[in-house]
Amino acid sequence: MAKSCAVIGVGQTQYKTKRLDVSMAGLLREAARRALDDAGLTWKDIDAVVVGKAPDLFEGVVMPEIFLADALGATGKPMLRVHTAGSVGGSTAIVAANLIQSGVHDRVLTLAWEKQSESNATWALTVNGPFTTSLVVGAGGYFAPHIRAYMARAGAPDHIGTLVAVKDRQNALKNPYAHLKIPGISREMVESTPMLWEPIRYLETCPSSDGACAMVLASEDAAKKAPAPPAWVHGTSMRSEPMSFAGRDSVSPQGGKDAAADVYRQAGITDPRSELDCAEVYVPFSWYEPMWLENLGFCGDNEGWKLTEAGATALDGDIPWNASGGVLSSNPIGASGMIRFAEAALQVRGQAGDHQVDGARRALGHAYGGGAQFFAMWIVGSDKP
Amino acid sequence: MPSEPNHVVEFPGGYTRSVGPVIGRFLSELRDGRMVGVRTAGGRVLVPPQECDPETGEDVTGEFVEVGPAGTVTTWSWVPRPAKEHPFGRPFAWALIRPDGADTALLHALDLGVFEEGAAPPKFLKTGMRVRPKYRAERTGTIGDIECFLPEVTMINPQAALEYRLKGGQALGRFLEGVAEGRLIGHRCPVCEKVIVPMKGFCPRDGVPTSEEVELPDIGTVTTFAVNNIPDPRAPEVPFVSGYVLLDGAGLTMLTLVAGIPADQVRMGMRVKAAWRPREEWTHSMSNIKWFEPIDEPDVPFEEIKDFM
Repeated sequence: MAKSCAVIGVGQTQYKTKRLDVSMAGLLREAARRALDDAGLTWKDIDAVVVGKAPDLFEGVVMPEIFLADALGATGKPMLRVHTAGSVGGSTAIVAANLIQSGVHDRVLTLAWEKQSESNATWALTVNGPFTTSLVVGAGGYFAPHIRAYMARAGAPDHIGTLVAVKDRQNALKNPYAHLKIPGISREMVESTPMLWEPIRYLETCPSSDGACAMVLASEDAAKKAPAPPAWVHGTSMRSEPMSFAGRDSVSPQGGKDAAADVYRQAGITDPRSELDCAEVYVPFSWYEPMWLENLGFCGDNEGWKLTEAGATALDGDIPWNASGGVLSSNPIGASGMIRFAEAALQVRGQAGDHQVDGARRALGHAYGGGAQFFAMWIVGSDKP
Repeated sequence: MPSEPNHVVEFPGGYTRSVGPVIGRFLSELRDGRMVGVRTAGGRVLVPPQECDPETGEDVTGEFVEVGPAGTVTTWSWVPRPAKEHPFGRPFAWALIRPDGADTALLHALDLGVFEEGAAPPKFLKTGMRVRPKYRAERTGTIGDIECFLPEVTMINPQAALEYRLKGGQALGRFLEGVAEGRLIGHRCPVCEKVIVPMKGFCPRDGVPTSEEVELPDIGTVTTFAVNNIPDPRAPEVPFVSGYVLLDGAGLTMLTLVAGIPADQVRMGMRVKAAWRPREEWTHSMSNIKWFEPIDEPDVPFEEIKDFM
């Protein structure tokens, strides 16, 4: 039987286009220090450090665990690096949670980050080998055909993506850490922006951000001594699948469905829409909200766009998604998954500030990566499971 | 342009200047690669040092204080077209620089890098910018011992490249052999019986090796696609269409360029055929196929392709 694990500290940096004022270590230490302060701890109280970042070509850092061990207070302590493409922030938090749940450690610091300004993610995603021509131009070039397939399959009207683009940016106005702040954001504004990868418009895509997110995870004993209310981990799950195989559903991948079923089973959830109070879900292109609503079982097949259209996922809807503004508003890629997990924790701790979902007691954090082939999810709650 | 002089008055050997104890100390320290200021009776630190406090007229104290080396630009003037007397033959800035620990600023040249003559000032040239002196290797005790000031280092740009000797491997090598002959070869999985093209030598779904070769026609159906408005060197023009094509008989789609039709007329279910480059240009590469282009056949109903997305 796994031991209890709680989030007792959360730290985020301001997300913005360029953090030229800090080194990579400095950026991480900023997030880590805030998480330690939140947990009422210092570096010496930490037993182990688990880090995650985007694929190496994204910012040209190949061995962060060596580069950053001392800066993250890991001297003489275990340090692990996790690597699962865009879902890495989520899987990093899960590996850290596993170290608590297994009883190995009492206090684990986990961090994820990206300084996109040091390089260019679209370049890194477009590097070609000599034998094939991939013709994928960045993440948008990869995901656009799958969005088109979803629209055709679900019979979704064209404006659904626009609604998500507006809703998440309205939420971002309430989040002090969010990168994109567009006062007066409207459907007309989104629709007036050019198609980059049709059917994806400019304002239906995520920004490129610099930023870091950190959490302190703790055992039950350690959580009792924490100054602020903890978020208890009710379940964690990861799945992966190949990018291409005969019979693959690229629109609603089996790996996502399986991970969701697994994490709901652990948390004792049978109807996520009614039993969860909110969700922070990895939506880097607006259409992925209705797509993941279906993949994660918040509704039946081809029904996701109807929830979005009805406002169910808005901050005042029955199941708010991405109250923080989500990936569409802040996207330090390597950290984006951990931000989802951390924001879910903030909600059930009642510490989400102006974007707090009233009375949130159980929340889902979700991340995906690669060609929608790596999935990481956790459910956190204000009550100890 | 000022005209060239036609008469020069110059004291042979040049005038001398006794610098006195205050300026002398400043110049001696400069020769050693340091900047000092002098403290006034009121506690301010003057750089360059003066013999009296300009505010009160009183003598300064005898206390010299090391300042800098870093300092802050308090104001500046950009020189887009330097004159021949200027310290640089390319655009630079004059700046008042207050060294850390000083209460006054000194005037010096600020080198901001290489610019074309007449260039506008760079955006990073700002009041408040942090700078440091660049000392000459050979110093003589003059203000010119500092060649110029330079911006503080805020970024480095190390160059790195990973070099590989790549081989396609057995399965891809065999596929490209076919492509070099104008043929598209796949493998049939012995478990799911789907044809995988290009083959990998195994079925990613069933986890078994594959070896049964199946030749597929170069004709298929577009399942889904993106209209890309972002230029890419691999595509002929913008917009271009990257599409998934299900070759007839294949179990999965291939991502290719779809062309020969305006981008806004590409459809899901559209029937297409490979457009091959001239035979004499064929190599062991997928680039033998320029793109897939439409053929005169009715579209395939969505129902028949929806499970290949």
